Amino acid sequence: MSLINEAIPDPAVAPLSRLSSRVGRATAALLPPLTALLIAAVVGDLLILSFGQSPAAVFKLLLEGTWGNAYGFGQVIYKATTLTFTGLAVAIGIRAGLFNIGAEGQLAMGGFCAALVGLLLPVGTPAVVAIPLCLAGAALGGASVASVPGVLKARFGASEVIVTIMLNFITLAFLNWLIATKLNVAESLHTPEINAGAVARLSSVIDAFRGSAANFVLLVALAAAGYVGWYLFRTRAGYDLRAVGLQPEAAEYGGVKVGSVWLRAMLMSGALAGLGGTNYVLGYKQYYEEGFAAGAGFLGIAVALVGRNHPAGVVVAALLFATLSQGGLAVNAVVPKQMVDVLTAVVIIAVATSVPEVQRLLRSTVRGGAK
Amino acid sequence: MGTGDGGRETGVALRAVGVSKRFGVVRANLGASLEVRRGEIHAVVGENGAGKSTLMRMLAGMYAPDAGLIEVEGRDVTGWSTREAIAAGVGMVHQHFMLVPTLTVAENLVLGQELTKGVQLDRAGAEAAVRSLCERTGLTVDPRRLVSDLTVGEAQRVEILKVLYRGAKILILDEPTAVLSPPEVVELWRVLRRLSSEGGTVVLITHKLDEVIEISSTITVMRAGETVGQVRTDETTPAGIARMMVGRDVRLAAEMEMDGGRGTGDGRAALRVAGLTVPSSRRPNEVDNLSFTVRAGEIFGIAGVEGNGQTELIEAIAGLRAASAGSISLGEADLAKMSVRERSAAGLSHIPEDRHRRGLVLEYSVGDNLILGLQRRFSVNGALQRERVQANATRRIREFDIRPPTPALPARALSGGNQQKVVVAREMRGREYSVLLASQPTRGVDVGAIEFIHAQLRSARDAGKAVLLVSADLVEVLALSDRVAVMYEGRFVAVLDRGEATRERVGPLMVGVETGDGGRGTGGSAEPGGEV
Amino acid sequence: MRKLYLVLAALLAAHVALLFVHPSGAQQLDTGAGLDVGIVFDLGGRGDKSFNDGAYLGAERARRELGARVRFIEPGEGSDREAGLRLLAAEGMELVVGVGFIFSDDLTQLAREYPNVRFAGVDYAVALDSIGNAIQPPANLAALKFREEEGSFLVGALAALVGDSKKVGFVGGMDFPLIHKFEVGYRAGVKAVCPDCEVVAQYAGVTPEAFRNPGRGQELALSQYQSGVNVIFHASGSTGLGVFEAARRRGKLAIGVDADQYAEAPGYILTSMVKGVDEAVFDAIKQVADGSFRGGIFQLGLKERGVNYVYDANNRALIPDAVHARVELLRREIIDGKIDVPSVK
Repeated sequence: MSLINEAIPDPAVAPLSRLSSRVGRATAALLPPLTALLIAAVVGDLLILSFGQSPAAVFKLLLEGTWGNAYGFGQVIYKATTLTFTGLAVAIGIRAGLFNIGAEGQLAMGGFCAALVGLLLPVGTPAVVAIPLCLAGAALGGASVASVPGVLKARFGASEVIVTIMLNFITLAFLNWLIATKLNVAESLHTPEINAGAVARLSSVIDAFRGSAANFVLLVALAAAGYVGWYLFRTRAGYDLRAVGLQPEAAEYGGVKVGSVWLRAMLMSGALAGLGGTNYVLGYKQYYEEGFAAGAGFLGIAVALVGRNHPAGVVVAALLFATLSQGGLAVNAVVPKQMVDVLTAVVIIAVATSVPEVQRLLRSTVRGGAK
Repeated sequence: MGTGDGGRETGVALRAVGVSKRFGVVRANLGASLEVRRGEIHAVVGENGAGKSTLMRMLAGMYAPDAGLIEVEGRDVTGWSTREAIAAGVGMVHQHFMLVPTLTVAENLVLGQELTKGVQLDRAGAEAAVRSLCERTGLTVDPRRLVSDLTVGEAQRVEILKVLYRGAKILILDEPTAVLSPPEVVELWRVLRRLSSEGGTVVLITHKLDEVIEISSTITVMRAGETVGQVRTDETTPAGIARMMVGRDVRLAAEMEMDGGRGTGDGRAALRVAGLTVPSSRRPNEVDNLSFTVRAGEIFGIAGVEGNGQTELIEAIAGLRAASAGSISLGEADLAKMSVRERSAAGLSHIPEDRHRRGLVLEYSVGDNLILGLQRRFSVNGALQRERVQANATRRIREFDIRPPTPALPARALSGGNQQKVVVAREMRGREYSVLLASQPTRGVDVGAIEFIHAQLRSARDAGKAVLLVSADLVEVLALSDRVAVMYEGRFVAVLDRGEATRERVGPLMVGVETGDGGRGTGGSAEPGGEV
Repeated sequence: MRKLYLVLAALLAAHVALLFVHPSGAQQLDTGAGLDVGIVFDLGGRGDKSFNDGAYLGAERARRELGARVRFIEPGEGSDREAGLRLLAAEGMELVVGVGFIFSDDLTQLAREYPNVRFAGVDYAVALDSIGNAIQPPANLAALKFREEEGSFLVGALAALVGDSKKVGFVGGMDFPLIHKFEVGYRAGVKAVCPDCEVVAQYAGVTPEAFRNPGRGQELALSQYQSGVNVIFHASGSTGLGVFEAARRRGKLAIGVDADQYAEAPGYILTSMVKGVDEAVFDAIKQVADGSFRGGIFQLGLKERGVNYVYDANNRALIPDAVHARVELLRREIIDGKIDVPSVK
């Protein structure tokens, strides 16, 4: 007997007319994050002032260093590519009701496996063969790490949060050990350069991007976003997955095997995070390096939340955080890096608390705490 | 408490005049009025979404009205707080209990105004206070029991005690009988009458018309946020009230008790359950070695107080819960080893008891909810066919008059009745089936929709479907069923034919009391495990 | 909804208003005449009490003494290293410094792309070609390497002479060649003054985490002290803080690394093997200023005062004069080439 039932919404309160208007709905969805961004901007102003700098000058510098020139924009694209992958990874998990905190480890494993495939292939393997193989290696690598929490969740209901956190430690420690002791180039913490599978930089086609790390893995990221959108909203499997995330019992009633959906979602999440590793390994340095994208997995959580777990939102949010990251370098001369870190945190908190799911969570926590 | 003399003289305990309340763009109340005399039992009736709860919450200080006036004992208290309302003796018992399951009855009662000995809770003092209150009111609960161990009826008693403990003179109850068995309802009426005879005032929200007639002295009818009118109970009839509620004539289940007996029950066995035992987290035999058959063209109703294994039985048949023994077959097909989807494909349709938990994905659109469980039929090579989903939605919305008729609207935004129509449309019209599990099909649904859903169930029966109906509403079971089984502690204590199943007979059986005539239904033996 | 619009408008107004606040002290990013130097720190960033701070000190000194304008960048993730260097090179810095071996590839690449900018790499790792010969860095890149083994040799000798025990200890961070240099030099120093002394050497791990694990450091140090060791030299980043804690608890001695770590556990730090990152960075800036800068590999040892051990008012009491004299003699012999300090296991 459950005495404290989940509140059944009072139908009289349901905002019918507002929801029925498409424009109204779009505005309703955009206004809160917009407000949140403005809050972040004001906090940023105050922070900059506290360092004795002019907000206008610093923001100008930040924009010039990112969207203001081709190189800076290339760097934003590069950073956004990795974040798109990890954001998608986290988003697809949340859509299935899973909180994948393991994107960090899956990303590293994906990058490592891409490098491994690239090292094992003979020199001169044609790109059309090598690149797909390396990408597949990355996806498999990430998915194999994610399979552990996936199976444990599906079979035993083990909390994926705890398992993925622990696997982050294990995966990163294992890879670091491998790199430090077996595969590294002397006096470095990276593998030798891969023999095949390198992805061209954008600058090979558009000269203005010269020097920037942006590369054609970007297209893979956009394709992945498109695929995730199609999968979630246009396929039966996506229908099942979202139903499981929203109401597992209703999904079960609808003939969905909840456990296998969890496993599938976790594998897809891991594969997406793993593909994120190729941005550095195939597109940028052509080797795996210890800690090559440290933090991108965790930032993926913020990207997913700010992007409202929607692929289009994830791409936009990835660009936002990439801009902040690159902008942080550009303004580093006048304000400490921590300023941009704080600004990133404010964006995350402000935007995330404007997300209905988070609000619901907070409200129930506050209510629970008040008891 | 500066109660004005005006209230005293006229005998009006509670008055609301022209009260309006909006939530966003939704108008919950528009000029609603209410006048409750001291010492009376006053029923507020209306369909879901008529604004009853909102009005009551304003009376209890949970919301402030946008416009209008609220008076208690002649004093203007418009926009007061719950704290002030409690201090003035106005207390509300909610539909959803607000008790802490891990605390005892006494602890729950004194929560927020604990008797203390130093810094420690004065447990003995609290228990004594509760006991004396129990004696005074006739509401008996052991103060030392944990709330999590109570039945729903007992928990409700605790809720009422809690309000009385705080000194309420005006008691507002929101749908108090929704979760009670008939004997518990009788008990509740006794307590309310006693309160009213001692000068207490009771306001009660309900949409069960037989209850209104039985308990209340005055009725206020609400529709679409407004007050339609106030009548004296002894001057009206259920049909009259229903007409006020809905704004047109309605057929009521109670009136149909004697008509529709067209179910033949001589069709072939469509659903056969044999020796079924289903464990729950509480005990190994929530359903205890149960056997029965539902034939094509009959409605087989299961009456019983909730929590006697009905939920587990239906879930086991649907494949949502594992059985520990027994067989379930649908026609020639053995369901026991099948998944939920396979059972559904074999011809099993299921209106689940809890549409908010199982029957609907509340965040999904009406259109998407209309294909829940039918995803495969609406996809080709794994891709959903959006046009067909849309066309299906448009059609069902029209057939079932689902409002508002917007396929893209999330199911959450619909009223309870319309939500249930979505489930019914999907399970009864959206697909081929031979056996229908209908569990609490009209719970929390307004009068108009109840009538509609009952008609659907009858026409399914007439079309040769086998219908297994489970309902806590005895009137409903008796009105619809061709045969009635009474479930108690996981077993059928009786299976009665339509003619033998009367309220007087079934009511006591529901709480495990055998009636004197010892008559067991001719519909079959009622021995547990025996084939019915 | 209307309320939200109001909030939105208020925030927008506040933001726009704040944009136009111009504090009087606001820094102008002018790149006029004078020496412009850019420094990109390692991921640890400023405040690591090790080589990042060392580089900062050197740059600050150049600012004071040479009037150099110095810009710092603290990178966030892998690709930021190159981005930071590039940002500085593109802005016309005369010297761009990357602090840490991890910059080696990025510096090499950028030095080729920007032949007119001078680069310097602290702890630069020299790449080897297929037959094991060092690949010379580009002509505009100075690879600043330190002979940590020489400094380690001297503190090894000190440890053996002061320790009053036949056992001396070593705690390394990550078990890999860069740290092996410390251990090898230390061992050689111990053996030079006490041939029958035993060196107990342990590492905190095989991953970079081993540099950030004070708990493990304390554990290793406690067991070494337990086994009769009186002095432990650590080369293990913040893991060493645990070594110091163990020394404090057991009343034994420890030797710091990279910078003077006396303040971490006053009275228990025998000395510190310091790397002259500040000197090296200052020198590089000075060379650019006076036109003497040249590329190539620079091995900074005792002779160049690139490495040293601390001997000052703080720890003079812990080191008898005779011991000090003996160690100084060893320094002379190394500088004169009479002692060849090994650097690989």
